[in-house]
Amino acid sequence: MRPTLARYIPFVVLVGLVVAAQTALSALKLEFYLTQLTMAAYYTLVALGLCLLMGYAGQVSLGHAGFFAIGGYTSAVLTTVNLAATGAAAGAGAAAGGVAGAAGAGALIGLLSRLGILVTGTDAYGGQTLTVLPWAAFAAALLVTAVVAVLVGIPVLRLRGHYLAMATLAFGVIVARVAVGTRIFGEADGISDVPAFRLFAGLAISGKKALRVQNYYIAWAMVAAGFLLLINLIGSRAGRALRAIHGNEAAASAMGVDVPRHKLAAFLLSALYAAVGGACLVHFNGGIGPGEASVMKSVRYVALVAVGGMGSAGGTLAVSTLLTFLSLRGAFGQLDDAVFGAILVAIMLFAPDGVFAPVGGWILRLLRGRRGARGAAR
Amino acid sequence: MGADQLLQYLLSGVTTGSIYAIVGIGFNIVYSATGIINFAQGEFLMLGGMIAISLAPVLPLPLAIAAAVLATGLVGVLVQLVFISWLKNPAVLRMIVITIGLSILIREASLHVWDEKVRALPFFSGDETSSIAVLGARISPQILWILGISAVLVAGLTLFLRYTLLGRAMRACASNTTAARLCGIRTSSLVTFSFFLAAAMGALAGCAVSPMTQTQYDMGTSLAVKGFTCAVLGGLGSSTAAVAAGLLVGVLEAASISILPLAYKDVVSLGILLAILFFRPEGLFARRAAGVPGRAG
Amino acid sequence: MARRITIGFIGFLVLAASAFPLFAADAATIKIGAILAVTGPAANLGLPESRTLEMLVEEANKAGGLLGKKIELIVKDSQGNAEKAISFAKQLVEEEEVLAIIGPTTSGESMKLKGYFDENEQILISCAAAETIVNPVAKWVFKTPQMDSFAAVMIFNAMKKMGISRIGAVVSNTGFGQGGKAQLEKLAPENGITLAITEVYDATAGDFTGVLTKVKAQDVQAVVNWSVEPAQSIVPKNMKQMGFDVPIFQSHGFGNIRYAEAAGKAAEGILFPCGRLLVADALPASHPQKKLLSEYKKAYEARFKEDVSTFGGHAYDAFLILSEAVKKAGSTDKVKVRDAIEGLKGLAGTAGIFSFSPKDHNGLTMDSFEMLTVKNGAFALAGK
Repeated sequence: MRPTLARYIPFVVLVGLVVAAQTALSALKLEFYLTQLTMAAYYTLVALGLCLLMGYAGQVSLGHAGFFAIGGYTSAVLTTVNLAATGAAAGAGAAAGGVAGAAGAGALIGLLSRLGILVTGTDAYGGQTLTVLPWAAFAAALLVTAVVAVLVGIPVLRLRGHYLAMATLAFGVIVARVAVGTRIFGEADGISDVPAFRLFAGLAISGKKALRVQNYYIAWAMVAAGFLLLINLIGSRAGRALRAIHGNEAAASAMGVDVPRHKLAAFLLSALYAAVGGACLVHFNGGIGPGEASVMKSVRYVALVAVGGMGSAGGTLAVSTLLTFLSLRGAFGQLDDAVFGAILVAIMLFAPDGVFAPVGGWILRLLRGRRGARGAAR
Repeated sequence: MGADQLLQYLLSGVTTGSIYAIVGIGFNIVYSATGIINFAQGEFLMLGGMIAISLAPVLPLPLAIAAAVLATGLVGVLVQLVFISWLKNPAVLRMIVITIGLSILIREASLHVWDEKVRALPFFSGDETSSIAVLGARISPQILWILGISAVLVAGLTLFLRYTLLGRAMRACASNTTAARLCGIRTSSLVTFSFFLAAAMGALAGCAVSPMTQTQYDMGTSLAVKGFTCAVLGGLGSSTAAVAAGLLVGVLEAASISILPLAYKDVVSLGILLAILFFRPEGLFARRAAGVPGRAG
Repeated sequence: MARRITIGFIGFLVLAASAFPLFAADAATIKIGAILAVTGPAANLGLPESRTLEMLVEEANKAGGLLGKKIELIVKDSQGNAEKAISFAKQLVEEEEVLAIIGPTTSGESMKLKGYFDENEQILISCAAAETIVNPVAKWVFKTPQMDSFAAVMIFNAMKKMGISRIGAVVSNTGFGQGGKAQLEKLAPENGITLAITEVYDATAGDFTGVLTKVKAQDVQAVVNWSVEPAQSIVPKNMKQMGFDVPIFQSHGFGNIRYAEAAGKAAEGILFPCGRLLVADALPASHPQKKLLSEYKKAYEARFKEDVSTFGGHAYDAFLILSEAVKKAGSTDKVKVRDAIEGLKGLAGTAGIFSFSPKDHNGLTMDSFEMLTVKNGAFALAGK
């Protein structure tokens, strides 16, 4: 195991790179790259969470895009659904005789308003709107995701291998179907016109051009924090427990590790990472579509973790940033899905520990001038 | 709901269910021989249909279908030889991810070979407006073809496994690979053959449904999920149980239309899958069906 | 092991650094961006759109370009994904600094971009059908497909003429289908039609006998099938196979001969409102759209070896509108071009005759539609 402080080196490198990239881009007048870097950051959060789950705890999840979508959609719905309309309908309902329900809705709105989490505004047609404050929506998104993760996780994590994979896949598809089939989630069109997320001290998550640099740092600060948390977790007792579980569940249990609890905790944490990514990106993009919950997206996240190295948070971070950035810029053109599929197959066939291990080995041998059999000590 | 409406739902459910069952059987064949769940199983149906459609203008329909079945079987063999055969004791997670990646590659490759347009084989008998009466409901004759072909495939497979030398060798391989090898059975060839068989069966089913459901490059994924549901529902490794499971899933899906909004139809079959995985992962019909022993774990 | 990973990581950084190419802007060309769903679930819309644009830009450049400058077309494949559309939009606007963007293909993507384009004062000419794209009007956002409400009213008018008053509708679960559902439900009562049942079906499913059984049970006199995906061809087939023999109406999403071919004999007699592109040959020589439609049809079919469709036509119209506006404004200043678009009147396109105004960013009226039918496997004008 690395000495304690040395394990923070990747974190410091990350922060350094983030700042360096922005300074360089702004100086070279190439600030537009920051947009895709910011988006890639939020997607990388999902990959980081998945790395914890798949890489360290050894539990495969083919439905993680579902958690991203739950976080994103919850925040989007709450910040766009017009409660004033519900209030008016409640009033009309009371007149028509549905007093109890109408009173309930009205009272709820009154309570929310007194809590100070409602925001007034005007919509495109000039009418009055009443929506939920982004902070409250964000909290709600995390809460909903946590509840779903626990409810799904408890039964699902009892499964292994193929069954676990299929159960998570089924979960992801169910989320996608609900997103496409439900009116309040905008059905196939998704949700648009999601407002900016005002954080504090004048910072806001928003897609506005003027706030590009700010948003870049907000996104990457979250990734850095997530990365730091992951590093600490991995080095801690809980992290060792997770790795023990990955190695052999029965043995870990025999050693006194509470296997179900640790697995659930890892599942929950990885789901929350995804939800944070979703809930923030939805404000940066100003909207969300049902494609975010699709099977292809879930497979992509798995591919990113696999390529980066299942047990390497830094590798996952690097690969996720690069590939997502390129994909968002259309660098793969029409072959976008094919590229991820090919990468997945190639890595899993030839380098199941991720791409950096062999590449690093080659570079090292090159530097040392060693030529010989490939079987260098691992 | 009138009796003929009920019958219509039943027939609709049985039709889709029999297709899911064929996909499930494909999963079972490969799983029994290798312990691998091949996520690319759904793509074999798509390939079978696409190849047959490409050949249909130049060959008489039965020949085109036969050629497509053969060709797809060879694709299955290729997949197994190139991507899977040389892996030594791969981890389950690794295999899952590889086969998912393969299904994506096959899909994208066919997109570039055939483009995104939807195609269909001509109806095996009659045409797209033919309609025959069955006990008060009216259906297309193609449905009888689909049910007939599925039944023949299942019966043929059961007979093959029980009565032919090759079939028994496959069962031996599935039951205990080491013992089979000790008996002189070439297990690696059998594994390759099982891929051929699963792919060929899938291709035939894909041709059978093509006139009804049309064939498009991305039809494989959802079929794979439904097929897996049937395989698990029946108990992994048991093909006859997969058939019963398939019919059950198909009918439940069709019946759900009358209660739930159509948008949630898939949620029904997925919910069934989750329920089975949570409560009875060994499958509804956990007793080993005669003739096709399952693989442990 | 850890050392290898670190070294590999550094190697990766070197690689990543090369992913940031520097390029110089070229002022001697006019850049036009396009965000289309060339692959993915909406590919049957996006691919003809992309091909049409390539064809038109090539022809325009051969004829000397626009205002004497070559046109550079940058097409981005969003695969129908909203987040890609947003990313490409920002890329095209902020990095490539395009004059305008044509697309996106789907309503969902267009709605995500509407706010951004209006705020940043960039021209967007969408090829998607949703009413909400231009209603409420956003100053910088336009769309070329006809309004769903026109299609719905045309269908209802035809029904009234046939004495039909009670109908059922099945729509696909995509933005186009659900937009159609909204219009059908909204406009049926005021047009004297009882919409007894509306069901949304999965555009990727293969068999609709279940949902059609449900509709049949409502004793309807006709069925409206509103979809733009290939699965719409299965509905007429299922209906005939079930013995559900009532008139079938489709939407303008049926505007591709392949859909009629896929439905085979079951397509005979289907009625649907559509732009005149598909029956260009049947138009009288004096019709203002005839020349343009015939030329487009000939050129597209010769070059791409596939039948022309109304979907490609939406991209055609977008490009036409943009280039006419640039010519009219005499400059590539975005504000002037935008104003010029609003000032275009009586411009003959593939979907109809466009006349824009500050309140009307679609520019088409119900006259843009003709009622078409399928006769002997080919499209023909209905009632002629």
